[in-house]
Amino acid sequence: MSGEGVDTSKRRFLTAAATVVGGVGAVFTAVPFVSSMMPSERAKAAGAPVEADFSKLELGQMIRVEWRGKPVWMVKRSEEMLAALPKLNDRLRDPDSVEAQQPEYAQNTHRSIKEEMLVLVGICTHLGCSPSFAPEAQPQPYDSEWKGGFFCPCHGSRFDLSGRVFLGVPAPLNLEVPPHKYIGNSLLLIGDDSNEGAT
Amino acid sequence: MNMLVSMRDWVDARFPLTKMWDEHLAKYYAPKNFNFWYFFGSLALLVLVIQIVTGIVLTMNYKPDAGAAFASVEYIMRDVNWGWLIRYMHSTGASAFFVVVYLHMFRALLYGSYRGPRELLWIFGMLIFLCLMAEAFFGYLLPWGQMSYWGAQVIISLFGAIPVIGDDLSLWIRGDYVIADATLNRFFAFHVIAVPLALIMLVVVHILALHEVGSNNPDGVEIKKVKDENGIPKDGIPFHPYYTVKDIVGVVVFLIFFSIVVFFIPAGGGYFLEGPNFEPANPLKTPEHIAPVWYFTPFYAILRAVTIDIGPLSAKFLGVLLMGASVVILFFLPWLDRSPAKSIRYRGPIFKFMLMLFVISFFVLGWLGTQSTTGPKIVMAQIGTAVYFAFFLLMPIYSKLDSSKPVPERVTS
Repeated sequence: MSGEGVDTSKRRFLTAAATVVGGVGAVFTAVPFVSSMMPSERAKAAGAPVEADFSKLELGQMIRVEWRGKPVWMVKRSEEMLAALPKLNDRLRDPDSVEAQQPEYAQNTHRSIKEEMLVLVGICTHLGCSPSFAPEAQPQPYDSEWKGGFFCPCHGSRFDLSGRVFLGVPAPLNLEVPPHKYIGNSLLLIGDDSNEGAT
Repeated sequence: MNMLVSMRDWVDARFPLTKMWDEHLAKYYAPKNFNFWYFFGSLALLVLVIQIVTGIVLTMNYKPDAGAAFASVEYIMRDVNWGWLIRYMHSTGASAFFVVVYLHMFRALLYGSYRGPRELLWIFGMLIFLCLMAEAFFGYLLPWGQMSYWGAQVIISLFGAIPVIGDDLSLWIRGDYVIADATLNRFFAFHVIAVPLALIMLVVVHILALHEVGSNNPDGVEIKKVKDENGIPKDGIPFHPYYTVKDIVGVVVFLIFFSIVVFFIPAGGGYFLEGPNFEPANPLKTPEHIAPVWYFTPFYAILRAVTIDIGPLSAKFLGVLLMGASVVILFFLPWLDRSPAKSIRYRGPIFKFMLMLFVISFFVLGWLGTQSTTGPKIVMAQIGTAVYFAFFLLMPIYSKLDSSKPVPERVTS
């Protein structure tokens, strides 16, 4: 193989051009493969709102329902529980719920529509565990001045009874309040807060 | 006999059979002074074979379906002939793989096996380690128990911590808004075909690279520097039969320990198979105490050690970053080490001290990763993390300062 009479620059150009065109083709070919791993149409359609009846819920207790495969908590808070909330403000990361973790109608100290009824997505904003409910205002191994709230067993994140995150824990954000509305005295619709029929 | 010889010749004329046998076994000259630490490479290969064989049989009865997975594992355990044995071999094999690989990697630290000219060999080995971690992670979801579910939830959420693309990335990994059937199904695909393929190819490349540069040894000297008149290293002996036979002894001892676990303590005291995983996955309730399997706990403890935000970076993201860095930093080991000696036998006291601290920090972090986080344990994890990184980041300094002994020309024992 001698280089005589061979136009190497043309050869190099053709090689480069073929590589670029082939590369572009490979990228486009990858699209269906990558995209096939995104949620399917069926998975997207499965996010329908769910109804939750809390007529049997006692003060200070919690019930769980499943919405989009996630736990949603409903807690009926007592007067004392609500009274303790503002006192915690200086120990919290985002006491006034500035971060968009709730619909506008829940951007208040109690983070709810009806003052006593807390509705939260029960998924820790750190790494997605479901925190446990520790409503009693008594010293805990993780907090000697515990006023009740939620404690995540995975990485020790703590939230108050409004789902507001404490300072000095790994979770960066308050617990999420899902869109919801009351469709009866003790009947909630979770996942839908469109206007018709909202309180 | 003559027929066998002519058959071999027939093949050799068409495929380099004898050539490969010689290159990798009969005429691959390994240093004559291999010790205990040199069993773990071939043992890793053995465990890989165990995992592939038991894994293939398990897939014949396992169902990668969120509604059927847990029950199909129970079915394997109770109704399939010898299913319990095959599954316990597979679950014990997962832990055994990490035991063997960690010891194999520690050997490299002891004798400087990652040093030039073996940098690429080390990098291939690290890629194998990454594949192994991915393989273990994907496999752990398959029984669809409580720990499977919530462990995967935590690890996938790690990707969500990456700024900008995080949420879409974790959505793409899950294939649904939560861990669901789609996730289980794709993890099955990764676990049984994608990762094992990559793993096997990397093992081949790892061995090819090893046989190109030649094995290191406990003295950390290059045996290829001193050759006899036939070009054979004077301190080398053919891998086969010398080391094949030696490794068989290692295999027997290994299988004794392996069988003890498989037959008598398959759950490994809650470390190999975790208690909550005997309960089916429940998306509404996280177990009281969740911890990864033991081989991930050191890295998990590093993840949890970060509790403060720095500027715009959240503690969550920094934890993820640090955990990633704790694995990635190992890749750079060949370039961090500036000591004139490779083997610990000729290194000075500073390296020995740092290596000891590193091993202690690895064990302490490993233990902390199994514990729930409370005040003093967070501080311990932070100290452990600092020591872990100091071993690597300070290495360019202390390995240079250290007073190493003169390295001999030939191997010593």
